[in-house]
Amino acid sequence: MSKPKFAMYWSGSCGGCEIAVINIHEKILDVDANFDIAFWPVAMDAKVKDVEALEDGAILLTLWNGSIRNEENEHMAHLLRKKSKILVAFGSCATEGCIPGLANLAPLHEIFDVAFHTISTDNPQGIHPQPVTKVPEGEISIPVMKDRVYTLAQVVDVDYYMPGCPPESHQIAAVIDLVIQVLQGKAELPPKGSVIGAGGSTVCEECPRKRGVKTIKAFHRIQEVAPVDPDICLLEQGVPCNGPATRSGCDARCPNVGAQCIGCYGPAEGVIDYGARLVTAFASVIDATEPEEIERILDGIPDPTGQFYRFNLADSLFRASASSFKKNGQSPAKASGA
Amino acid sequence: MERITIDPITRLEGHGKIDIFLDGNGDVANSYFQIPELRGFERFCVGRPVEEMPLLTNRICGVCPEAHHMAGVKAADAVYNVDPPRTAKMLRELLYMAFYATDHTTHFYALAGPDFIVGPDAPVAERNILGVIHKVGLEIGGKVIQMRKFGHRTVEMIGGRKVHPASAIPGGVTKILSEEERKEIEEMGRWAIDFALFSLQAFNDIVLSNKTYLDLIVGDVYTHKTYYMGLVDENNKVNFYDGKVRVVDPDGKEFCKYAPHEYMNHIAEHVEPWTYLKFPYLKNVGWKGFVDGKDSGVYMATPLSRLNAADGMATPLAQEQYEKMYATLGGKPVHQRLAIHWARLIELLYAAEHWVELATDPEITSPNVHKKPTGIPTEGVGIVEAPRGTLTHHYWTDEKGLLTKVNLIVGTTNNYAPIQMSTKKAAQSLIKGGKVSEGLLNMVEMAFRAYDPCFGCATHALPGQMPLEITIHNSDGEVKEVLKR
Amino acid sequence: MSEQFEPVIIGFTCNWCSYRAADLAGTARMKYAPNVRLIRLMCSGRLDPTFIMKALAGGADGVLITGCHPGECHYIEQNYKALRRYLLLRRVLKGMGIAPERVKLVWASAAEGTKLTNEINTFVEEVRALGPLGWNKKLAGNGHVVEELAAEEVAA
Repeated sequence: MSKPKFAMYWSGSCGGCEIAVINIHEKILDVDANFDIAFWPVAMDAKVKDVEALEDGAILLTLWNGSIRNEENEHMAHLLRKKSKILVAFGSCATEGCIPGLANLAPLHEIFDVAFHTISTDNPQGIHPQPVTKVPEGEISIPVMKDRVYTLAQVVDVDYYMPGCPPESHQIAAVIDLVIQVLQGKAELPPKGSVIGAGGSTVCEECPRKRGVKTIKAFHRIQEVAPVDPDICLLEQGVPCNGPATRSGCDARCPNVGAQCIGCYGPAEGVIDYGARLVTAFASVIDATEPEEIERILDGIPDPTGQFYRFNLADSLFRASASSFKKNGQSPAKASGA
Repeated sequence: MERITIDPITRLEGHGKIDIFLDGNGDVANSYFQIPELRGFERFCVGRPVEEMPLLTNRICGVCPEAHHMAGVKAADAVYNVDPPRTAKMLRELLYMAFYATDHTTHFYALAGPDFIVGPDAPVAERNILGVIHKVGLEIGGKVIQMRKFGHRTVEMIGGRKVHPASAIPGGVTKILSEEERKEIEEMGRWAIDFALFSLQAFNDIVLSNKTYLDLIVGDVYTHKTYYMGLVDENNKVNFYDGKVRVVDPDGKEFCKYAPHEYMNHIAEHVEPWTYLKFPYLKNVGWKGFVDGKDSGVYMATPLSRLNAADGMATPLAQEQYEKMYATLGGKPVHQRLAIHWARLIELLYAAEHWVELATDPEITSPNVHKKPTGIPTEGVGIVEAPRGTLTHHYWTDEKGLLTKVNLIVGTTNNYAPIQMSTKKAAQSLIKGGKVSEGLLNMVEMAFRAYDPCFGCATHALPGQMPLEITIHNSDGEVKEVLKR
Repeated sequence: MSEQFEPVIIGFTCNWCSYRAADLAGTARMKYAPNVRLIRLMCSGRLDPTFIMKALAGGADGVLITGCHPGECHYIEQNYKALRRYLLLRRVLKGMGIAPERVKLVWASAAEGTKLTNEINTFVEEVRALGPLGWNKKLAGNGHVVEELAAEEVAA
């Protein structure tokens, strides 16, 4: 009796999610014992054509990490959706766009304008990469980039969401245990659309720091106050910590070492817009009633867009900044190379 | 013209595809190694506060976020012109050594390993970590897992998390190390030294003692004569965290040596329209195309490059191995790209030795871990050696410390021209008269695997009596064999 | 002749002061522009910035928030929360490339029917001058690269 198939694919991602899976250490043996790994480019030599050759739904479980940044990502999303019974949006890129989603703050062509004209780039002809290039031997192609970063669920139907940048390994291990129990008929899958491998509360609940009444008279940048008092809530010490709006599940590792939570586990349960929730949380703790005083305190957060949407921009209510919606594709070259 | 496409390339970090064109005789006319991805960090980091850069740039690579974390924080230090306390620098470097040991381990055993241990043209089904374990035994798998556990545990203790650490900030670090933590880190470091020595012995027994592999390593297929780059300390010994960048020419003579803020005088990047990644080259030699030699500005930055560019290793056991490698391969510099695997293990040993040196320094637990920056932020460059190569972060900020401009030259990018050249040469040498096989294509892929230390796949820890069932599939997905233990 | 752009504005009004002022304006037959759709909250402090973002992302061109004067909040201090959220939200909107002037906070007491009418009318003209936001239309685009790159095009 053959084992059910498993796949893991990365799409415009950094590889951190793959490392997080490897960091379940011996537990990877349980994956191997219970699944046939059908497609995992980082580790196995199976190619895209091998996936295409499978029947629809042949892969029981696919963990997809990475956002939809270009048309190849989108094509693979549709392919793996077709070939998989269960598709999990794994990690922050897949669930909410993650930090590369910040590219949605500018029109696509600016990425090219910057990258191919940096101070160390020698490009007098203004060459930009082209989707198709004629070389002496024929034509070669690279994927066209989409106008902005999309999450997995914005292009295909997703069964489960596992947040985190990356998801912490103990959470991954717990999810694997659950899936194996399901395979053995000892447990049921949660309802479709659930968030798995994370908690139902906020990071504050897992944070060991003591919380009192917050009355902020100033926000500080971490280098102005480090090392912080190890026992007291970071936000109370004026460090803009995103814990109050961020989903629990990570054990508050960053506050544990004296660094603020930057929100990599995404919105807490029930939050519709992560940034809006943080606006509320931060505004509530400011101790001032006069507009000038309030504005002065707010100046302590020099980059509110980044602070509030670092990981979540591509999945926020706005999705992107106004300028990025300009109708434009990849910027054309002044002269095609070769 | 007939075309063969390898898509995607496998057993590495990142995406890529190789297009190989055959002429009328079935020989390779040309080959193109394309990078199909671009995310735009240099654009979207603009507007972000400089202290966030070590956190944002972590996400350039989840396999070596520690490298970006360090290059980023050093650039941020430079932006503020602040010199962190000695303990802070040591804590950063200690985290970094533990990371290096882990990263080099996973690359050697899980990515490169299968090609040597199972065989470069072994069946696809066996050419992965499972095949490695089948061939050499379950004990090694357990050691590899242990090394990764120890390395990541150390990173987590100092940096907060195993992937994407959080504790490096301009002026120092956010956390003081306790004596209890220090003891644990020291013990793990000592174990790592033994593991590194074991790995070098395994390389000797499995690879160097096998004539076929030795011929592959010293043969011409995977050899290029280029410039070599690496960071060195004030004694010209290999250093991953700090120092000056030194470049030697194909004959091994020093060509230039520069401090981080001088990189612009030496490095430029070439653009081709058929790929999203740029090709760095030595400005003062010039871009002459994808060619070897002293007149070509192409340079390599890998473990082998670092060893070529330096005069030795800063720790005793690693130094011994350094001398042994060069004696075996006929002196410096070594041009055979597969020797990178050997150099990588020597660096693993150095990382472990230095790990223990730092963990036993009396000031490592000092509470003096941060110096508040007081200068007006302006501009700064931070350079470290990432496992893949020299990593440069250059930031410009406004007076509030928000980024106005970013320039990044990332580790593997240094090697993009050499990778393109290596895969083309391998393809031309191996594919003749239209005879193509899956194994031959994998040998073409081996050409790039030497450069890019990715991370591990399904490494298995199989302690003692644990039951194990391995199912091996052929490339059609059919079950070929089931092994039980 | 082009049609004049009629802004769609959502008005979040607090029950105790400004909603009563709007009521007063109504019974006194004071005319105010029909562009504002009023939504009653028990207090301006109930205003979650999510509401504002949802309104704008959903097609509104502007959002008006009205609450009791500082010191007169029925629930003592919650209008200060609204003020702080509003000031921070404007900064976030600016970062998104949305003119912060599309969101306005106005204090009005229950007796200030005239004032409220004037504020509403003024705001409608301010938003009209800013032009349509049309965010829902932006989002409806399917995101594919739109044009073939012709050889004669030059970089933007």
